[in-house]
Order: sequence, then C-alpha cells, then structure tokens
Amino acid sequence: MDTELKTVGETTQFIVIKLGDEQYGIDIKYIDNIVRMQHITRVPKVDAYLKGVINLRGEVIPVMSIRIKMGLEPDVETKSSRIIILKMEQQGTIGVIVDEVKEVVTLENDQIEKMAYDSKDDKNSFLCGIGKCDGGLISLLDLNSVVLENV
Amino acid sequence: MDVSQYLEIFLDETSEHLQNLNTQILALEQDPGNMDTINEIFRAAHSLKGMAGTMGYKRMQNLTHDMENVFSEVRNGNITVKASMIDVLFQCLDALEEYTTNIRENADEGTNDNEPLIKQLNDILNGGDGGEEEAAAPKQEEEAPAEAAAPSGANGDKKWLDIKLGDSERSVLKGAIEEGKKVYGLTVKVQESCILKAARAFLVFKAIEETSEILLSNPSAQDIEDEKFELDFSLIVISGAELDQVIAAAKNVSEIEDVIGGVVDPDSAATPAEEAEPAKAEETKPAAAEKKAPAPAASTPAASAASGKKNDEKKPGANKPVVNRTVRVDIEKLDTLMNLVSELIIAKNSLVSASAASGTSSTAVNEQIEYLESVTTSLHESVMKVRMVPIESTVSKFPRMVRDLQKKLGKKMELYMSGEETELDRTVVDEIGDPLMHLLRNSADHGLESAEVRKERGKPEVGSIFLDAYQDGNNVIIEVRDDGNGIDTQAVRNKAIEKGIITPEQAENMSEKDSIDLLFHAGFSTAKVVSDVSGRGVGLDVVKSKIEALSGEVEVKSKLGEGSSWIIRLPLTLAIIQALMVDIGNEKYAISLGSIQTIEDIAPSEVKFVQAKEVIQLRDLVIPLIRLNEILDVESKKDPNDNLVVVVVKKGDKQAGLVVDELIGQQEIVIKSLGKYISKCKIISGATVLGDGEVALILDANTLI
Repeated sequence: MDTELKTVGETTQFIVIKLGDEQYGIDIKYIDNIVRMQHITRVPKVDAYLKGVINLRGEVIPVMSIRIKMGLEPDVETKSSRIIILKMEQQGTIGVIVDEVKEVVTLENDQIEKMAYDSKDDKNSFLCGIGKCDGGLISLLDLNSVVLENV
Repeated sequence: MDVSQYLEIFLDETSEHLQNLNTQILALEQDPGNMDTINEIFRAAHSLKGMAGTMGYKRMQNLTHDMENVFSEVRNGNITVKASMIDVLFQCLDALEEYTTNIRENADEGTNDNEPLIKQLNDILNGGDGGEEEAAAPKQEEEAPAEAAAPSGANGDKKWLDIKLGDSERSVLKGAIEEGKKVYGLTVKVQESCILKAARAFLVFKAIEETSEILLSNPSAQDIEDEKFELDFSLIVISGAELDQVIAAAKNVSEIEDVIGGVVDPDSAATPAEEAEPAKAEETKPAAAEKKAPAPAASTPAASAASGKKNDEKKPGANKPVVNRTVRVDIEKLDTLMNLVSELIIAKNSLVSASAASGTSSTAVNEQIEYLESVTTSLHESVMKVRMVPIESTVSKFPRMVRDLQKKLGKKMELYMSGEETELDRTVVDEIGDPLMHLLRNSADHGLESAEVRKERGKPEVGSIFLDAYQDGNNVIIEVRDDGNGIDTQAVRNKAIEKGIITPEQAENMSEKDSIDLLFHAGFSTAKVVSDVSGRGVGLDVVKSKIEALSGEVEVKSKLGEGSSWIIRLPLTLAIIQALMVDIGNEKYAISLGSIQTIEDIAPSEVKFVQAKEVIQLRDLVIPLIRLNEILDVESKKDPNDNLVVVVVKKGDKQAGLVVDELIGQQEIVIKSLGKYISKCKIISGATVLGDGEVALILDANTLI
C-alpha cells in the first residue's frame, strides 16, 4: 500500500449490519438515520426489490430490500430488523432494510482490502472492499451499485 | 466593494425592468406621442443604468446610458419616434438580455461591447438634434450624448443653480451682501467609489464652515446626513473668503471628486417652481466655459443624472405608478411555509381520526377540532394565495415575440391577450411559458395564412392570434386561438403515414379527433419547410408532456379554413387537493376529486362485454370498466356477487369506471412526490400521508383511461 497514505492514517467509519450470517459495512457518510421497521406501503408495478414507501416524519421515502437486490432470501421481519435511511447524491433519500444493526467500526485504510474487479461472482459487484476488524471480516457495500436501478 | 450578495436582487430587478421596457416600447410603437410611456421608459432605462453601474457592469451601463440619452431627447421633443428607432431599441433590449443571461450564468457580463448598437443610438441622437448639434457631432462620440442630455439638466454640473431660494433666504443673502460678504453656490461631487458618503459630506460641511456660513443645501442637511443623495450635493454659503479658498477647503476632504462653485446673485437665482430660463443660462456661461476644462469626463454622468432627477421632480403623482406594498420573498421560504402547512393539515387529520377512534367524542373536543379544521383550511388558502402570481409575468413577453415573428415570417398578425391577471401557482407560471410560446409560434407559423391567401379567402389581411386566460372552477384555462387555416386533418394523416406512425388502413378509420391527436406524436411536423420558428419536429409532443407534468391537459379544436384553438387546462394548485379515499384489497388509495364524475352502484349482471372488455351502460353512455385490483395486483376482498362500487372518472371527453372495493370518504390530502427512485409506476401520481401516519398512494386517473 502507498506509504504516503499510511502515514496520514486516514480512517473511515462504517456501520456494521447483518444480512443473514454475513456482516456488511455501510460507509457512515451516506447514512442519514436508522429507524425501526414500520408498515411499508406497497407500490404496484415496480421492481421486486422496491418494497414500497414509508412515512418518515412527513416525508415519503422509498424503501428497498438489499436481500432481494443481491439475490438472497427475501427479508423476514424480526424484532431486530431496521430500515437504514441513506442520503445518496443522485437518487436522493432511500431506505434499505437490514436484519440487524450491530455497531460502528473505524477502519484505517490499511485494514481495507480493495475489491478486485475480475471476480465473476455476481454478488461481488455490490461490494467495494473487505474490511478486517478484530479478526472478523466485514464486506463493505458499494452503495451506488446497491441502489442503482436495474436496467 | 463586494456586490455579489446583491446579484440575485440585481438579476431580479433587471429582468423586471427589461420586461417593462419591452412592454412600454411596444406601446410606444403604437402611440409614439404618449409622454407617459416615454417617461416610463426613461425611468426604467435610468434605473437599469444605475444598477448596472453599481454592480460594475460597464458594458451594460454604457449601452443603457446611450439608450437613456435617446429617450431623454425623445422626451424633450428633440427626436420623434420612428419605426427604425424602435427596431434599434429592441435590439438594444436583446443585447441587454444577453448581458443579463451572461451575468446569471457566470456572474460576468461577457465581452460583447455592442458597438454597432451604440453607434446606431448615437446616430439617432445626432440625427434628431439636427443643425444645433452639428458642431458637436465631429467630436468624440461620448461627448455627443453628453451635450445632448445637458439641456434637460438645465444647469448641468452647476446644480446649485437649481436650489430654490425663498423670500427669507433671499433677504438674508441681500443682508450678507450689504455687509460686504459674498454669496457662493457650490456643487460637491463625491467619488463614485466612496462608501461613507454622509461622512465625507459632513467633513466638507465642517471645512466650509471654517470660513463661511452654510445657508442652504440641496438635498437638505438631514437627507445628506442620512445619505439620501446620489453622488453630489449643492450648497449656498455666505462667506467672507474668496471663492477659490472655499472650494480648496472643500476639495481637501478625501474622496471628493470635484467641487464646482460660482457667485450667486440672490435676485436672479431660481425662484420656486421656475423653469430654467435662457437668461440665467446665459449669465452663467462664463463659469461654464471655465469649468468645462477640469471636468469633461464627469459631465456625462452628472448631466444625465441631473436630467433623471428632474424627471422625478417633474411628475409627482401625475403618472407615478401606484407602489404596491410588497416584500420580496425567496420562493424556497414559501415552499417551506407550504410544507409546514401541509404538516399541519396532516396533524389535523390525525387528530380527527384519533378522536374518532378513541370514541370519547365529547362535544367540546369536536367543536375545537372543527374550529381547527376551519383555521387550517383558511391558512392553507392564504398560503396558496401567496404563492399565486398573475400569469402576466409570463405572457407579457409574447406581444414582443409576435412582433418579431411578424417580421421573420413576413405575415401580418396581431396578438390579442385577455385575462393576464389570472393567477396560478408560481411554479406553474414559471413552467407554462415555454409551452405557450410554442403554441403561439405554431399558430403564427402554421396556423395563419399569408396576407395574399387571406385576401383571397375574404379574411382580413391581418391575422389574429388570441391568448385568453380565465379561471374555471378549480382549473385555469389558457386558450391559444387563431383565425388561420385550421388543421388539415387529411394532410396530418398523410404525413403520419409517410412517417410510418400509422398505416394507411388505420388512417381510413381515423376520426377527426384522433387525427389531430397525431400532432402530439413525437417526431411529427407538417411544415414543409423547417423554419427556425417552428417545425423542427420536436414541439407539440414536448408541449403536451410539459403540460401533463403540471397535471394539466391540452385539447385541440379546429375547423378547416376558420382556425384552430388549443385549450390548456391547469389545476389551480398542485400541493393539496380534495380526494376520494378508497379501499382496494387491504390497501388505501386516493383519487383526485377533480377527475371524478359520479359514483355508481352497479349490479354484476349489468356488466356487459364489448370486444371482450367489460363495459357498463350509464345514461346512454357506454363506459369501459377498469378493475383496479387487477391493475394494482391486489386481491379483492369483495364477494364477486356483490354490487360493484364504480367511480366514474373523466379525462376530456373520455370516461371510465374504476371498480373499487369500498369507499372511505372525502379527504383533503397533501401530495408528496414518490421521488425519482420510484418513477416507473405511471398509474401512481404521488403519495400522501394519512392521519394515522400511513402512506397512501394517489391514483392518476388520467393514465388509467
């Protein structure tokens, strides 16, 4: 890794979430809010991963399922289910459903392993790297591709 | 000085003045002798110049300055208004518009000096002045307008001559002279860059008071203290010292550009309400010649400023436009206010449903809720009204545009407008300009025939285009009409076949109305020659989609040979509507009350089939049925043998029956956008938050039909 970068010791904070057994990290700069699961109003005639809209303090916010988008099993609503409200530059405010929100971790740049692009695994296209923290691995989500509309 | 913070205001006001100039110059063309119009134009040009100067846009200032000079001469009757002059003036306005656009985009006026225009303006000036100015003509171009403007200022730089002496002052002056003192008039010019003008003026007062006594000042000492003066002020002083000493003392103050003075003769000084008479001008001539040398450059702005000032003095109340007591408010602040009102209405709705749910409805609570309801409704109405602006701001540029089209197309036409005062939501007014402009161009280019053809057909040579706006219930109608050829549906059909939009067989069976609708098809244009006015093949479809984006609709009526009319129907408000809430399966949906015709209770046996589609017969009309649960992919909770609840909606002349499970009731709802992220769903036009905090979707009946 670049020595210059190392000396600066740049760090990034991630919120660690769980989808199934796997831990994922979401860059904290995109996160606006985390709310409990609530009633989602279904919107007809849209892609399956778009679960509908919720009312967040008077604003109508679309909610999507990362699980369906990534081709995992559909979400099962539990007590620990949360909706993470993301503020994206292009798409505006979007909610994503996660199974559980665990903690906030601070990763230094040398703890992050960038994702190689040659991987043929479809799921990998939603990741931008792997973080190593306390012996565990965190898959860092590339939010732009998660949120990107299916064409 | 950093003026960037004023940029917004500058741009706003500049566009207002430009619009005003456009309108007034058009009026001037119709009625060249109207002094009111000329004065109005002069005032607008003068303000523009001042604003451009303050902001440091020199090129803009130069151009407006020369325009102002022309108007000044027109006002003084030295130049008569000619068609060629109007053309030049319009070109000037276009140039100014260009400057403004440049400034808006990159805070810089650009580098176009528009020298040809300035030259033309000066030619007008010189031509108009005739013989008198011949001597001045060979001089610098800059000098010519200055010279020309000077007479209107009467006393030019020596503004102290404008100070009016009352009887008491006169006697004081006389007394002073008898005592052997001298009376001087002084005009002090402060540098343009000076920021603390009042402070400088104070220092000048102090300096002069060391040797002399200040008898009078113009503007008054109080106004000077409050900085209520432009760049100069005049004084009448009584002094024992020589004139040069007094002037030198005043000049010693920093940031003072120039001090001009002269001896005052109390007998000949201006009496109140007296016009500058030639005799007095004669008298001061020696002084004028003397002063010319030090301040030739300064004389230009001073002279025109003087003329501007005089203009203001001359017309107190006579034609002064009634000043509206208004405040400028950022539209974003209004949006915030509107959002808060929406929140309030949602909160009110929650309160209503909460009180109904709790069942403890005491009359006192109900009364208060009803009161709250009426207050929120009127609050909503008032805020809506604040957001409403007359469409005038958008349509007032059209007469000018039609005038230009007339020249470009070589057709004679006249635009008649009515209902400019009709009010619409600000956002709609801003957006409706382009579609309207397109329709007008379309009428001018395709609708109206050339003068010869019109003559042959026995129509008046000059074609008429009408733009009418009026309110109709909860809608505003804007109608663009012309008395031209109308739409040749056969030609439209042929063209559509040629373009491959329809097949010849389809064309055979097409109704007039469907043929006209072809015009709105993307990539359709019947003009044989592509002109830069219209006929690029984009347009009517864009017009339609733009209007639909505003939740409006377009309708076309046409009669071959007699003309056509385009009717735009727009909703009065966009944010809050009355809606019918319905149940479909386990979901709640809202349908705008505006599109609902009736609600019917239909027995299953009354449903008939036409072309394998369900229809019902209602008062001699066959109406197609749309089962919403099928369209929305929900399971209906209803027993298929029960009577159907049918909400009949209309779009233009078309009707359709929407089958729902249950009616909930009428409710005032706040429309919220679903956001860009969920834009694929065409049948949902938005969402709203219900009283219990749940989100309900709003069905767009227009796309269902």
